[in-house]
Amino acid sequence: MATLEIHDLHVTVEADNATKEILKGVDLTVKQGETHAIMGPNGSGKSTLAYSLAGHPKYTITGGSVLLDGEDVLEMSVDERARAGLFLAMQYPVEIPGVSVSNFLRTSATAVRGEAPKLRLWVKEVKEAMQRLNMDPAFAERNVNEGFSGGEKKRHEILQLELLKPKIAILDETDSGLDVDALRIVSEGVNRVRETGEVGTLLITHYTRILRYIKPDFVHVFSDGRIAESGGAELADKLENEGYEAYTAKGGVSA
Amino acid sequence: MAEVQNIPVGSTTAGSIAVAAESTVATRMSAPPSFDVADFPVPHGREEEWRFTPLERLRGLHDGTAVATGTGVKVDVQAPEGVTVEAVGRDDARLGRAGTPVDRVAAQAYTSFEAAGVITIPKETVLTEPIRVSVHGEGGVRYGHQHIELGAFAEAVVVIDHTGDAVIAANVEYVLGDGAKLTVVSVQDWDDQAVHVAQHSALIGRDATFKSFVVTFGGDLVRLHPRVTYAGPGGEAELFGLYFTDAGQHQEHRLLVDHNTPHCKSNVVYKGALQGEGAHAVWIGDVLIEAKAEGTDTYEMNRNLVLTDGARVDSVPNLEIETGEIVGAGHASATGRFDDEQLFYLMARGIPADEARRLVVRGFFAELVQQIGVEDIQDRLLAKIDEELEASV
Repeated sequence: MATLEIHDLHVTVEADNATKEILKGVDLTVKQGETHAIMGPNGSGKSTLAYSLAGHPKYTITGGSVLLDGEDVLEMSVDERARAGLFLAMQYPVEIPGVSVSNFLRTSATAVRGEAPKLRLWVKEVKEAMQRLNMDPAFAERNVNEGFSGGEKKRHEILQLELLKPKIAILDETDSGLDVDALRIVSEGVNRVRETGEVGTLLITHYTRILRYIKPDFVHVFSDGRIAESGGAELADKLENEGYEAYTAKGGVSA
Repeated sequence: MAEVQNIPVGSTTAGSIAVAAESTVATRMSAPPSFDVADFPVPHGREEEWRFTPLERLRGLHDGTAVATGTGVKVDVQAPEGVTVEAVGRDDARLGRAGTPVDRVAAQAYTSFEAAGVITIPKETVLTEPIRVSVHGEGGVRYGHQHIELGAFAEAVVVIDHTGDAVIAANVEYVLGDGAKLTVVSVQDWDDQAVHVAQHSALIGRDATFKSFVVTFGGDLVRLHPRVTYAGPGGEAELFGLYFTDAGQHQEHRLLVDHNTPHCKSNVVYKGALQGEGAHAVWIGDVLIEAKAEGTDTYEMNRNLVLTDGARVDSVPNLEIETGEIVGAGHASATGRFDDEQLFYLMARGIPADEARRLVVRGFFAELVQQIGVEDIQDRLLAKIDEELEASV
């Protein structure tokens, strides 16, 4: 069973000619089949955790370890991490001019699967996955993220999640900027992947709204660069009612 | 309208649409067109038409000091049956009809060539195989002239392939008879030291179709003037260009489409990728719609993809309109860069860095490459693009 183990992770970022510590000792274990929601106020370091796990060059790991099935993730390049089974659905996916969605998806699937998918089966697979996400087939011929609406970008991220079948999926604020219909479609996509039981999900969100569609097994409250409190789904209800004030005011409560 | 996006540091994208009574395309040249080099002063570099070009790297083509070596550049023509291939003297009446040299180097080439090549495709001859012209440099200096003429309703594909090392100023003329169809692919695949300056002039007959691909990869300095004008109504010109400008290379494409005749069309699409310190691409796209050219339909576009720091693009589309009675006229120029965030996104989907770069650049050029329609050239271009990318990452 695939397991992502994050131990005492410290991360800094360079900003305004100064080094700032954003993550101050994160401990978290995500197993295949589990869904962990990470919630927290703006600036608490949730997205930094997501991008550090994916290997974004902006972040420097200054301490701790990240293991995927015992393998050192921090030693891997960004593409190696993806091929090892980590997937990051981004909050702000960038435009890639000149590269069509269909070409991108096939190149990516070839890299992650280690061989080119058989063309006929692949076309069918993509078509069906797009239908499930209510995506127009013409979408495949557009350039990656170019001129996509907010909802289209997120659907495109979840389309990749469905096609790449990672061991660990990190969803960075996938719910932000979505109206209720789009949120439902995107959540259904995530749930289809979860129901396979083969993915561990790290759902990063500011709002509890998405948790009505995607039921987490665990909820963690992030505050000031570490996990301040952990609990079950009921913790989300508490946050829904009380907000993050308890965490921001005290600057973190240990779990 | 000019559209400008994501301009990297050190690049300029300017554009203008002028509605003029008198052409500024003509007046901003420092001398009127002429076949005689003596009619052009030696450029000093501040002239409008020379301001982007590093004169010191022209190896004397611009000031009369480059002396033809007689040998050191081999020109070979392979033509299918039915095509006439000749070498003629400068007094041959066919020469110079498609256009007059517009700058000193083009005039120098015309003044200095010893014999001109003439390729004739007789009327109503439809070729199924391309005509191939190979210009291979072995270190020589050459002034040349190539004339390609299609009779009425003739159809041909011509590939002009430049390889090796040379210092060369050589003009090319295309004369299309009524209803003729010509596709020409000019590949500048020079070695790193080569210097190549040329004017490509096309005269498009009534209802004729001219499709040109200018593909520039190599050379230390390449400066080309693709120019089009029309001999009768109903003519169509498609001018496509691809360039891949590497560290230290100067590649300059200066286009003019002169809509001097009613009811003609033109479509210009040039795309370039740049990488490395000192890579410099210049694209000037002039479209002139003369007062008499009613019913004109024209569009021109230049796109640049900057892959690394240190590269520079100057992209200047100009559209000059002397009549409002037209179907359409537009232009666009945009320079974008392949940045770390794009690389991260592709890598986060398992795609290795070198493949990510290849994907982006191949994707960028694909729509143009696919339209060439000459398979071995298309394959070679894609291989060349990969090779360029491998050299860089």
